[in-house]
Amino acid sequence: MSMDGCPGDAIEAGGTRAPLGKTPLPCYAPRMTAQKLDNIRNFSIVAHIDHGKSTLADRLIQHTGTVALRDMSEQMLDSMDIERERGITIKAQTVRLDYVAADGKSYVLNLMDTPGHVDFAYEVSRSLAACEGSLLVVDASQGVEAQTLANVYQALDAGHEIVPVLNKIDLPAAEPERIRQQIEDVIGLDASEAVEISAKTGLNIEGVLEAIVAKLPPPKGDAEAPLKALLVDSWYDAYLGVVVLVRIIDGSMKKGSRIQTMATGAHYEVDRIGVFKPKMTNVASLGPGEVGFITAQIKDVADTRVGDTITDERKPTAQALPGFKPAQPVVFCGLFPVDAADFDDLRAAMGRLRLNDASFSFEMESSAALGFGFRCGFLGLLHLEIVQERLEREFNLDLIATAPSVVYEIALRDGTAIDLHNPADMPDVMKIEEIREPWIQAKILTPDEYLGGILKLCQDRRGVQTDLSYVGSRAMLTYELPLNEVVFDFYDRLKSISKGYASFDYHITDYKAGDLVKMQVLVNAEPVDALSMLVHRDRAEMRGRAMVDKLKDLIPQHMFQIPIQAAIGGKIIARETIRALRKDVTAKCYGGDVSRKRKLLEKQKAGKKKMRQFGKVEIPQAAFIAALKMDA
Amino acid sequence: MTALGSPDPGFGIYVHWPFCLSKCPYCDFNSHVRQAPVDEARFLSAFRQELAHRAALTPGRRVRSVFFGGGTPSLMRPATVGSILDAIGGHWEVEADAEVTLEANPTSVEATRFQGYRAAGINRVSLGVQALNDPDLKALGRLHSADEALAAVAIAARHFERFSFDLMYARPGQTANAWKAELHGAIDRAAEHLSLYQLTIEPDTMFERLYKAGKLAVPDPEQARVLWEVTQELTAARGLPAYEVSNHARPGAESRHNLVYWRYGEYAGVGPGAHGRILTPDGRRAHSTERHPEMWLTVVEGEGHGLVADEGLSSEEQGDEFLLMGLRLAEGIDPARFAALAGRTIDGTRVASLIGDGLVERSSTGRLRVTREGFPVLDMVVADLAA
Ligand SMILES: Nc1nc2c(ncn2[C@@H]2O[C@H](COP(=O)(O)OP(=O)(O)OP(=O)(O)O)[C@@H](O)[C@H]2O)c(=O)[nH]1
Ligand SMILES: C[S@@+](CC[C@H](N)C(=O)[O-])C[C@H]1O[C@@H](n2cnc3c(N)ncnc32)[C@H](O)[C@@H]1O
Ligand code: SF4
Ligand SMILES: [Mg+2]
Repeated sequence: MSMDGCPGDAIEAGGTRAPLGKTPLPCYAPRMTAQKLDNIRNFSIVAHIDHGKSTLADRLIQHTGTVALRDMSEQMLDSMDIERERGITIKAQTVRLDYVAADGKSYVLNLMDTPGHVDFAYEVSRSLAACEGSLLVVDASQGVEAQTLANVYQALDAGHEIVPVLNKIDLPAAEPERIRQQIEDVIGLDASEAVEISAKTGLNIEGVLEAIVAKLPPPKGDAEAPLKALLVDSWYDAYLGVVVLVRIIDGSMKKGSRIQTMATGAHYEVDRIGVFKPKMTNVASLGPGEVGFITAQIKDVADTRVGDTITDERKPTAQALPGFKPAQPVVFCGLFPVDAADFDDLRAAMGRLRLNDASFSFEMESSAALGFGFRCGFLGLLHLEIVQERLEREFNLDLIATAPSVVYEIALRDGTAIDLHNPADMPDVMKIEEIREPWIQAKILTPDEYLGGILKLCQDRRGVQTDLSYVGSRAMLTYELPLNEVVFDFYDRLKSISKGYASFDYHITDYKAGDLVKMQVLVNAEPVDALSMLVHRDRAEMRGRAMVDKLKDLIPQHMFQIPIQAAIGGKIIARETIRALRKDVTAKCYGGDVSRKRKLLEKQKAGKKKMRQFGKVEIPQAAFIAALKMDA
Repeated sequence: MTALGSPDPGFGIYVHWPFCLSKCPYCDFNSHVRQAPVDEARFLSAFRQELAHRAALTPGRRVRSVFFGGGTPSLMRPATVGSILDAIGGHWEVEADAEVTLEANPTSVEATRFQGYRAAGINRVSLGVQALNDPDLKALGRLHSADEALAAVAIAARHFERFSFDLMYARPGQTANAWKAELHGAIDRAAEHLSLYQLTIEPDTMFERLYKAGKLAVPDPEQARVLWEVTQELTAARGLPAYEVSNHARPGAESRHNLVYWRYGEYAGVGPGAHGRILTPDGRRAHSTERHPEMWLTVVEGEGHGLVADEGLSSEEQGDEFLLMGLRLAEGIDPARFAALAGRTIDGTRVASLIGDGLVERSSTGRLRVTREGFPVLDMVVADLAA
């Protein structure tokens, strides 16, 4: 389809929705108008991490001719640098495909690619709400994994039809028959018509497209009813401002429509409306069942609430959509600039980043040791790592992250309760009635041979086993675990115990009271608040020992002896000593040597800038980061 | 006038002779071994060209010291040494009591040239004795025996009013008692000056390879500290206290040449791999020359000098170098001079903290100096003060 006044097929945008990049103005496509419901299919692609969702999305885009072959790139919907580098999807993405099916009819297929990692489960849930069906991609060499289960159950809960897709059948290790059986046994889905494909080689992509058309239901909706649309997502585009992703349920929207958001009560006029192909392409209007974007002079992403209902300003719908509960940060940590002078830059960077990642929260914090910084909330540890990396890379900042912590509920003797995000803010123990911590239900799928090691790991982390069953030769373990024990290095440990074969998924179930105590770390008798944490009393000594051991190797020798202690209240539970430096003097230094020595000194000085002073002790930034990665 | 009494750091000339009879396994100096005889005449004319080049950059300076270092300058013919000194005298005014030192290896062959050096204008020699027992000398890869070295010291004492010799300690397996005895023996034979270096494993040396392969055991920091303390006590008790980290002298007999470096004065360096610090109208500049001897010859013959680096030093860099050098001296530094060079003052809280720890002190005249406790950890003290 060619568009009047446009140089190419679609606007030449840098990507589908480059988060901070520039997206040139969309062109107007006058002949694109609202579609007939029967010819629309909206579907998500869900799978365990790395089972090939994004690769399949590439093939679908390619096969339907949505993007010319020469313009294709791998995992093209993963547009952020960090997604490309790590080969993972972080943001759900959407793209509209035009497909002429075997029945001779033209269909509009709205595809939503979703992330597989558990931290981004929230992205999956809102994509599901905008679709009627899902492609469940299962790697035919690996089979059903923890997130396969978590995501398919979410899709079923959302009322989806599911088309199972067995991917990677090009691999010699692929066992489509066995995996087909596994899907039936474990998930209880009819997999007899599962589509066998290789997303990598492009084998049988046609089969997937036909199954979408034949097996997934078209959307329902009433074009004549008042406008009712779901606000699926929103983000900030440097060029267009705030862009809102919508799914129309009833009615229609076009440029110039006066709309209102029902929960936030704001009023706007639509000034641009379009779809992703995957580049932003304007359309005249969007009708029932369609997925697309609008812009409407919205100032701030914070003004849009994901899950909100958009309706007509003059003729509002009677019933708002149920919406979804906002993403709750579950892991918190402090982020401080290494160089205190960078605080303002950090504040600006946080603001910019949040424009595109509403699931991350921050508020100012000050620490006796680290100066001014921010207490930040994340969806999980991967999310934390990614935000930190983006801040450092995209905004050129050096950061110190404090030990991650979960949110505790503290019941006080006076009958009130507070949420504790930062162990440094813990009230006086005398005022505390009890401390409650979040618990999760974790599902772990593992080859049998690693079961012993994993049971021990869960047991050590105060886990309570609630189920153990078998999926073929693999064990499926269900555990209740305190989140506090998981945010540390649980995932890393699990991977190393199982050589990478175990998969893991969790969700928070409830808060339970626990015998939790605040463990402080003292370096040269000075408490380092950035390293303090809440731990279970039974685990305190172990954590304390691991921490002081690690710090002993991370803090350089000084001219005096440095005791490193872990303490609960006044009681020392672990202690190490860094011996004083005894001999460190260059024996011979003549005229010629001074240039070489000066260069060494310059390096040392630069290193010192990255250290933090605690009393008389300088602690390198690396010590804070490494202290988080404790193998306890 | 004693060297230490002089407020002006002065101007010195360093001449590098880059050849040795064999390469010692611990040595990272710019020294090379040649099978064929070295063309001294060709080197002499290159030295003359370099001296003329540096003289043009330093008009009106008075030379306080000349130092022939190496390598092994005692492999040069006395006539070559004399011609170089003549060239220096032609370019600059040389102070009447200028110190003119030549580094010599203590073999019998080289000792026979001492008289010739004296006649050529050398008035001080510095001998690389290294150890006073044969097994250790062998382990250090030296070509001379202990007796030979002591004989060379005796010959030096006959020809030169001022001489010094070097020992290396903290050698593999060396005990405190053995070192004490050896050091007493050395002081018995020393006149006014001794250099006592702790053996350092330098990068890209044979010793480094052996050390990394676990085939060479050097004292750990605790033992090294003990040997250091022994050295300080014994030399002080016998009238040769340290005036610099590794250099000991009877008061007034300090090496004037090295004081130019440590007091961050001006010096011109000529020869392969020589360094210089020259004040020009646009500030202090760091010079260094091509290291490879024959390559240096070619460069000098083509361009009239062998400089491969000629860089202006920023205030911060000058401050760093001043601290690195000056704090090595027992006399310490003048904080006002640091401020003038670096364009900032030393961080007061750091100074206070180091003083509190007893590592640094202020003299009655306001100088900042490292204490007896501070010297063994000097590198860290410097890093602290420079930060
Ligand atoms: N051999 C083979 N490899 C495939 C196939 N499909 C995908 N892959 C590879 O599997 C890896 C993961 O693919 P992605 O498409 O990024 O997986 P994903 O499910 O989107 O991953 P997340 O978004 O991180 O959850 C990549 O290295 C792909 O090249 C296939 O059919 N055969
Ligand atoms: C320029 S060097 C050598 C002078 C002369 N060629 C010789 O070997 O006698 C001056 C002194 O530095 C010392 N030295 C050389 N390498 C050393 C090392 N790796 N560790 C400690 N001192 C060293 C030695 O004592 C040596 O005499
Ligand atoms: S120690 Fe002296 S003799 Fe040995 S290689 Fe080095 S410069 Fe030459
Ligand atoms: Mg992906």
